[in-house]
Amino acid sequence: MLDINQVYKTFNAGTINEKKALTGLDIHLQEGDFVQVIGGNGAGKSTMLNCLAGMFPVDQGTIQIDGQDVTRLPEFKRAKLIGRVFQDPMMGTAANMNIEENLALALRRGEKRTLRWGVTNKERERYHELLKTLGLGLEDRMTNKVGLLSGGQRQALTLLMATLQKPRILLLDEHTAALDPQTAAKVLELSEKIIADNHLTAMMVTHNMKDAIVHGNRLVMMQDGHIILDIAGEEKKHLTVETLLEKFSQISGSELANDRMLLS
Amino acid sequence: MLDIILGAVALGLLWAIMSLGVYITYRVLDVADLTVEGTIALGGAVAARFISGGMNPWIATAVALAAGLLGGLCTGLLHTKLKIPALLSGILTMIALYSINLRVMGKSNIPLLRVKTVYSPLQDMGLFGSFPSLIVGVIIVVAVAVILYWFFGTEIGSAIRATGNNQNMARAQGINTSNMIILGLVISNGLVALSGALIAQYQSFADVQMGTGSIVIGLASLIIGEVLFGTRTFKRTLVSVSLGAIIYRIIIALVLKAGMDANDLKLFTAVTVAICLSMPMIKPAVAGLFHSKNTTGR
Repeated sequence: MLDINQVYKTFNAGTINEKKALTGLDIHLQEGDFVQVIGGNGAGKSTMLNCLAGMFPVDQGTIQIDGQDVTRLPEFKRAKLIGRVFQDPMMGTAANMNIEENLALALRRGEKRTLRWGVTNKERERYHELLKTLGLGLEDRMTNKVGLLSGGQRQALTLLMATLQKPRILLLDEHTAALDPQTAAKVLELSEKIIADNHLTAMMVTHNMKDAIVHGNRLVMMQDGHIILDIAGEEKKHLTVETLLEKFSQISGSELANDRMLLS
Repeated sequence: MLDIILGAVALGLLWAIMSLGVYITYRVLDVADLTVEGTIALGGAVAARFISGGMNPWIATAVALAAGLLGGLCTGLLHTKLKIPALLSGILTMIALYSINLRVMGKSNIPLLRVKTVYSPLQDMGLFGSFPSLIVGVIIVVAVAVILYWFFGTEIGSAIRATGNNQNMARAQGINTSNMIILGLVISNGLVALSGALIAQYQSFADVQMGTGSIVIGLASLIIGEVLFGTRTFKRTLVSVSLGAIIYRIIIALVLKAGMDANDLKLFTAVTVAICLSMPMIKPAVAGLFHSKNTTGR
């Protein structure tokens, strides 16, 4: 249902800061896939998600969702199909607006915004029930400004917002990286639950190999702007950190030199 | 003395419309929009030109408002479509409007004596001095505040607020941020031009220079209002900003009465605004001076 075909993206082309971020990226997702994306720093993981979301245009190649070519669709229009949670907890919510207003903005994703009220009473009841499922006590703070929430609470809220209007694809870009380990685990568990409950197709970038092995039905590894390893199904289930590292050195001919990945 | 205060309140009410416009750009959109310097004079110029030409003053005022909308549209397009930084886009429109205002008026100043203004019907009823403009000012400020309160509670209004707050989030939620920025600038400058049209009729002339320094006056009113009356809710903020404009006019009237040279007014205003804007920096520093010894380790 998602097809990324031979996508190329170079930043600062022609300058000394030139960075070939994506070099012939090819990936195809089936309905219901939950793909873990790993790879070293600068491998192109975030660039892939950002290109998919339309944050910047690609140089070459096409992106199709459900057969529809979205390569040239502006970011705000693609938002109809794509839910996103960012690495930075500040990025996914409007800090000066309250919880219910943020949810109301998300509920109208992909719909025409009119001069009707921004939040209706009927919605409020629904938000109350949904927030309860997070187990963070946010249902009693619906008129609090989101800026007052902790990073973990904000990521949980962003997750809810990204899936309130069911997206065709959910993109999680290291969405637990800025959180403390306990909160990170909780948000990850919540992500898993929301994806399963709503039967979502999702891609999750992570630096944590264990998370990547435990979660999802498919794992891809990126290097130098394209995918060098793609493991799914039974093989994915029996994966360990050791076999993963071994596979990596076989393919790339080098050791995986990334402290952040090895240590986590 | 009462006359002076009443006059200040009347003028303050007319400027409050402009402050509400500045609030939309400076606070809601988080853009310092200098277009207002041009659009306030544009409002005055358009209204004066048509009123002196015999047009119904309310229709002339409405045309002035429409002209302001176009001014905001110009800045919005420069900023969002041509990617010129917001501050510079505003400056460009402001400069362009100076020439346009001269074109509209045909000269640098149009007097509005012995013509029908929006205040005339009330004057004909026997009200004198500042009372006609007080009444008109109150009605329009309340109407504008009510409309803004409603508008920013709607889906589109919420989308504008989200855009000013966090463009990334707004786009991720499917909001066309460019259009929201343009819409905010359009509404803001429409209000500013409306204010200019009413001020010109109040002071019985329009002048191509009448916008100079107006952004600073708008900011001063905004900040004075926020500091004195608070911003706990949106309703409260709208009232605060309007009252801020009135307080600002009263302060100016009093310092002039106390003997300050009118030529020093802009310097006075600029210093006031600089102090208000630096409050977040000054407050802890001052508090630190007094508490540095006994609150260590707090």
